[in-house]
Amino acid sequence: MKARIVVGAHYGLKDWLAQRITAVIMALYTLVLGAAILFCGAAESQENWRALFTNPLMGMVTSLFVVALCYHAWVGVRDIWMDYVKPASVRLTLHVLTLVALVGYAAWAVRILWRL
Amino acid sequence: MAEITKPRPKFLTLTEIRQPVSAIVSILHRVSGAGLFLCLPFLICLLQLSLGSPENFQTFKAIVGNPIAKLVLFGLIWAYLHHFCAGIRFLLLDLHIGVEKPQARASAKGVLVISLAITAVIAAKFLGVF
Repeated sequence: MKARIVVGAHYGLKDWLAQRITAVIMALYTLVLGAAILFCGAAESQENWRALFTNPLMGMVTSLFVVALCYHAWVGVRDIWMDYVKPASVRLTLHVLTLVALVGYAAWAVRILWRL
Repeated sequence: MAEITKPRPKFLTLTEIRQPVSAIVSILHRVSGAGLFLCLPFLICLLQLSLGSPENFQTFKAIVGNPIAKLVLFGLIWAYLHHFCAGIRFLLLDLHIGVEKPQARASAKGVLVISLAITAVIAAKFLGVF
């Protein structure tokens, strides 16, 4: 019987593209946040800081950033496991742990933003 | 043919090879990404405290004021900026911009210098230098 290989060629391009699209989303968000801090005094006081994220548009854009970040981190961290962890069982466990952690982080961060 | 071919090293001894600057940027991209991933819970926690009640905000200020936490945060700010700058460089390389060796070396050096310089400015601001 042929040994099964726990890697695939099918998801390569899709994830490669997703990594880049999420990178662009995060880069643009970083510039917006940087501009808000530099030019609008968003980090001058807690009131300003809260006001920035209470803004519905900013809340939505930040949630988008969070989702992009977690997807991006998933592709990146998965690549690290694939490069350095040989035993398939250990690698698979690490993949699952990474996914669970990232979904949890995304839910946690979005919850913070939605409760403001 | 046999005379012209130099004997090639059999194993890649990473500590003995002098890494080109683009290789350093590349591995630091991975290291910074891994570091940011590992510190995500800490960062989300800080976000939560900074946006929470006045007591939460005091806790946030106490954590950020701690010298060790400050050092970790400066490290994470560098990691974010390096990942940001190197990421833009990789996106441009994907678009076949600056793929020639001199430009690629120059942009790699630029990534290292710019991310360190912005980190230094932010750290100075935090430490009250200006």
